Amino acid sequence: MDNNIVLETQSISKYFYDPVKTEVLKDITFTISRGEFVSITGKSGCGKSTLLYVLSTMDTDYTGKLIIDNESMEHKSEKELAYIRNEKIGFVFQFHYLLNEFSVLKNVMLPGFKSNKLSEEELNQNALNLLKSLGIEKLAHKMAYQLSGGEKQRVAIARSMINDPLIIMCDEPTGNLDSKNTELVFEIFKELTETFNKTLLVVTHDLYFADRTQRIIKMDDGKIIV
Amino acid sequence: MRIKHITEISKALILARWKQTLVAAVGITFSVGLFITLLGFMEGLNQLLDGLVLNRTPHIRLYNDISPSAIQPIDMAPEFNKTYNFVNSVKPANARKEIYNAEAIIKKLNSDQRVLGVAPKVTAQVFYNLGNIELNGVINGVDVTQEAKLFSFRDYIVGGNYFDLKNTSNSIILGKGAAEKMLAKKGDIIKITTATGEQFSLKVVGFFQSGIAEIDKVQSYASITTTQKLMGKSSSYISDIQIKLNDMSQAPVIAREYEQLFNLDAEDIQTANAQFETGSSVRSIISYAVGITLLIVSGFGIYNILNMMIYEKMDTIAILKAAGFAGSDVKKIFITISLSIGILGALAGAILGFALSSLIDAIPFNTASLPTIKTYPIDYGLQYYSIAVLFAVATTYFAGWLPARKASKIDPVIIIRGK
Repeated sequence: MDNNIVLETQSISKYFYDPVKTEVLKDITFTISRGEFVSITGKSGCGKSTLLYVLSTMDTDYTGKLIIDNESMEHKSEKELAYIRNEKIGFVFQFHYLLNEFSVLKNVMLPGFKSNKLSEEELNQNALNLLKSLGIEKLAHKMAYQLSGGEKQRVAIARSMINDPLIIMCDEPTGNLDSKNTELVFEIFKELTETFNKTLLVVTHDLYFADRTQRIIKMDDGKIIV
Repeated sequence: MRIKHITEISKALILARWKQTLVAAVGITFSVGLFITLLGFMEGLNQLLDGLVLNRTPHIRLYNDISPSAIQPIDMAPEFNKTYNFVNSVKPANARKEIYNAEAIIKKLNSDQRVLGVAPKVTAQVFYNLGNIELNGVINGVDVTQEAKLFSFRDYIVGGNYFDLKNTSNSIILGKGAAEKMLAKKGDIIKITTATGEQFSLKVVGFFQSGIAEIDKVQSYASITTTQKLMGKSSSYISDIQIKLNDMSQAPVIAREYEQLFNLDAEDIQTANAQFETGSSVRSIISYAVGITLLIVSGFGIYNILNMMIYEKMDTIAILKAAGFAGSDVKKIFITISLSIGILGALAGAILGFALSSLIDAIPFNTASLPTIKTYPIDYGLQYYSIAVLFAVATTYFAGWLPARKASKIDPVIIIRGK
């Protein structure tokens, strides 16, 4: 069913020009449907992170077509793309990227401030619920820098979900974590797809992690090989 | 995006770097404070110095000037009106200095809406007699009440009451310089000789100090009646009519109008005291230039600190952008930071400016030439405060605008990838 497709790429290519012109992404075409738990793997330097930034709409310097929620990203202004990121995409990065100036709760609420759809109280409640479901509600009023790595990553996951996005994109979400926390994060992702029917796209070089996702997109030298 | 949330994020960023932002705000506080103090002090001095002359100068003076007639009889002859006529050695005719029908003119002037008040004056050239020495002098016969009302006469009287001039007949207020030469005390009787050679005795009821030593050596004041008596003229003799207007800037126009209307010579204050106007405006321009330079320099301080903050907060900006904040939102955040520094700094600066002004205002400043001034003059005009605050806020806005634009253009991919 066409409506089930959350993200679609049509022969996306990208070049780096510095120091010499190299093609980092070659003719990438694939689709991701609602509720899928997809991982992108490949050797370091194969272009998987670059692909993720293209898919995230933050990197607009590519050729080909990116369609998110049946809407082409071509010719969209920076403002419109920011709006789409805010509404439809959640992010989890390797280095957690919480804002140290804010409390955990404020960090989670931040994308909600931008979308401005809910009142502050509702947003507050939603953020608390998310933290609760991730088992870290007692951290809500701590400052971000007081948290451990695993805790930070869980807060980042909560933040990625606050606007109830179509797809959550993760860049090496477990790259910086020990095996215990990696397991924890994987369990959360699994629950997200199975229980909450979320769509996840995870870039990872952790093959053990990737093997347990529903679908693996394997990349080498800028191309999809499987 | 609600303003509340923009300010909340800005506040968190400021608090994370509160020392630097405090330094920037203090920079603004100092420049605004000094701007206000500098201009208040400078304008206070300007008003003081201008007041020395302008307070005592009528806006328009009506008089009969001694000057050669502009039209010679030959110009009126029809047979010569198509030729150039050269007349050598033209001398003024023996015109009288008296203003003809002065009473009617004063009545007419008093009914003019633009006129604040009118004071007639009679000037007499005399000699002060000190034993066998004669000193040059001028006695101004004035209407004491009008003179006090329009020309702050009272402020320049040291020792004695100006009103005695009216109540005591044959009385005189001596110029301070002249009195010192004559060793005259209050209540003394001095002798003067008029231009026509007659001698008179006058009673000293006070002293006059204008602040300009040359004037004080020569000028003295008496009532109009006394002066008319000295000159042997009738009580209708008036040589000058001094006019104070509601709006001083209109003086040149009105002076020309009265010249036509009363067929007299009229001199406006702008022509009579052009050098004072120039001096004041140049001083004002210099102080504004210095003050605005101070504000601009503090603007650079804000620019630097915001630039630094942006480099430090690259990660924060990148994550905000990844989370869907547009470049314009990021820009708003940094401009809010800059403006809050500016507004807080400027308000504190206004208070500092007031405090410094009050301090200067309390410093004793005694000078022989300025009898009424006891401390340094300060003008507490609200305009300096508003100009300083407005300019400070505008400067911080522009100082914040460039770094904010830079922040809005940061590419999150480069930052995130760079980790």
